[in-house]
Amino acid sequence: MMKILVAVKRVIDYNVQIRVKSDGSGVETENVKMSMNPPDENAVEEALRIKESGKAEEVIVLSIGNEKSQETIRTGLAMGADKGIFVKANDNCEPLSIAKIMKKIIEKEKPQIVLMGKQAIDDDCNQTGQMLSALVEWPQATFASKLEIKDSTLFVTREIDEGLEKIEINLPAVITCDLRLNEPRYASLPNIMKAKKKPIETLSAEDLEIDTSPRIKLIKVEEPSKRKKGIMVNNVSELVQKLKHEAKVI
Amino acid sequence: MSVLVIAEHNNTEIKSSTLSTITAASQIKKEVDVLVMGYKCEILAKEISNYENIRKVIYIDNKIYENPVAENITLAILNISSNYSYILAPANTFGKNFMPRVAAKSDVSQISDVIKIEKEDTFIRPIYAGNALATVQSIENKKIITIRPTSFEPVIKEGGKGEIEEINFEESSKLVNFINREESKSERPELGTARIVISGGRGLQSAENFKMINEIADKLNAAIGASRAAVDAGYVSNDYQVGQTGKVVVPELYIAIGISGAIQHLAGMKESKIIVAINKDEEAPIFNVADYGLQADLFEALPELSLELDKLNTINK
Ligand SMILES: Cc1cc2nc3c(=O)[nH]c(=O)nc-3n(C[C@H](O)[C@H](O)[C@H](O)COP(=O)(O)OP(=O)(O)OC[C@H]3O[C@@H](n4cnc5c(N)ncnc54)[C@H](O)[C@@H]3O)c2cc1C
Ligand SMILES: Nc1ncnc2c1ncn2[C@@H]1O[C@H](COP(=O)(O)O)[C@@H](O)[C@H]1O
Repeated sequence: MMKILVAVKRVIDYNVQIRVKSDGSGVETENVKMSMNPPDENAVEEALRIKESGKAEEVIVLSIGNEKSQETIRTGLAMGADKGIFVKANDNCEPLSIAKIMKKIIEKEKPQIVLMGKQAIDDDCNQTGQMLSALVEWPQATFASKLEIKDSTLFVTREIDEGLEKIEINLPAVITCDLRLNEPRYASLPNIMKAKKKPIETLSAEDLEIDTSPRIKLIKVEEPSKRKKGIMVNNVSELVQKLKHEAKVI
Repeated sequence: MSVLVIAEHNNTEIKSSTLSTITAASQIKKEVDVLVMGYKCEILAKEISNYENIRKVIYIDNKIYENPVAENITLAILNISSNYSYILAPANTFGKNFMPRVAAKSDVSQISDVIKIEKEDTFIRPIYAGNALATVQSIENKKIITIRPTSFEPVIKEGGKGEIEEINFEESSKLVNFINREESKSERPELGTARIVISGGRGLQSAENFKMINEIADKLNAAIGASRAAVDAGYVSNDYQVGQTGKVVVPELYIAIGISGAIQHLAGMKESKIIVAINKDEEAPIFNVADYGLQADLFEALPELSLELDKLNTINK
């Protein structure tokens, strides 16, 4: 029976209006609400559904980062995952380092399916799944909005700029999830309690002998220039006149 | 130092994303090479060789690349990548799919979604849905970069005299198969490059009502976009979505109808030159970025807008 590994990242909650630090060194994360990266919730949900359909027996959630990443693992466990793996590493590891760490975990745990988000909403990199797939030489299906497993073949519908694409890939495989893949469940109170007793294995990037030193130097982080506040018009005809004669765009 | 651009096309047409990526590449080095992988694509290679700043077009013509999967695109790029210190592709679902694979196989950290080239090793990219801009410097010998197409002008399509080289390559993965693609066909301008975009949100309430947008779009020769809520609710298909996890658009005129203006939506349109918002809620955050806001019920405003546009004897399309 199959094992599924799900990668979950701890990020600033998507509802928070972020603040750029005044010294330009980054974005304020102290005292800011943190959550599981949204498409990673879809990844956990999909893993649980595969398990519930009887096609897998264990769902492992993995998070890499500082100590607090364990909270994100707990969220995954409360949703219904069976076990957590926490890999301690410096904050802001580049996707390549995350993929290398994940490769080590795959060698240890031997899952058949790796599910992850298509994009982390903090760095907006959209890289890690593709990198992992290349490193372990398993096929990839990115931006998945529908999955169907038949024996050891996975049929995946992918959201692309032109519409939808269907591909067929062999297991084991790496899949990155779109937000439309499913509707993630909420953790129920009893499950939150149960999750407290579920095991989290702790490792570190050093234990796994992965060098996570950055290859890309962050020079500075700035706020984008703000748009000038515009005006309110009173009716449609005024709007059209302004567009025609003032903005000259129609 | 040499620069390679991976061309996006559909075997009959070069996509505009390729034109912008070539411009970005030429800001790093004046002479740019382009790789075209496709099926019966020689004519596309010829076309690109005429673009400004092209030194060489390399093309691989093989059935494998008719509808290529990321694995096979990656193999073909790796086959020639040792000749290049820069590899660039557009930051859209085409480039995002394979560039990180090329990077991982080259043991290089990728720089995603670059909007500005500061220096040959320093780039600006948006993070947190564009709510912050990061200036980053690559300290590696090889640079693997995806380019946000809307941030760079298209290259001039003439004046170049690039050489053309065909190479044979047919290594492919046995583990992945393309099945099919469902593309939304439309006579309207492409969302990513249209001069005018009109987008609808949850305020439209149904797929049927969403068609009210079509009528205005036709009159303005505009492309149609949507918020994620409108796509999730099934009013239109996913390829209409504008935002952090959809498309980025920078038209001269962006009209948001019944869209609240969540940061994830703004990420995809707030660089537009002129923004218009029609929303019945005067507190809607979309009004904070709108040049012209109209607080109104869209079901009244849209028919009026249609009539007012008819009254203009010349619409500058
Ligand atoms: C990780 C992540 C990524 C996301 N990516 C994207 C993305 O790429 N693009 C995107 O758009 N969203 C994205 N979202 C979703 C985003 O947060 C919002 O939920 C979404 O943009 C809301 O869409 P909306 O404005 O159409 O709907 P709502 O927020 O429900 O707003 C509807 C608006 O319509 C107005 N309205 C209703 N009826 C009328 C009427 N009769 N006349 C006039 N006005 C009316 C209302 O006043 C309201 O302001 C993402 C969310 C997450 C978590
Ligand atoms: N530090 C991390 N810990 C666990 N998973 C991660 C981490 N960083 C990235 N991922 C996974 O990789 C996906 C894509 O991230 P990115 O390539 O950074 O956009 C995320 O949605 C996660 O599933």
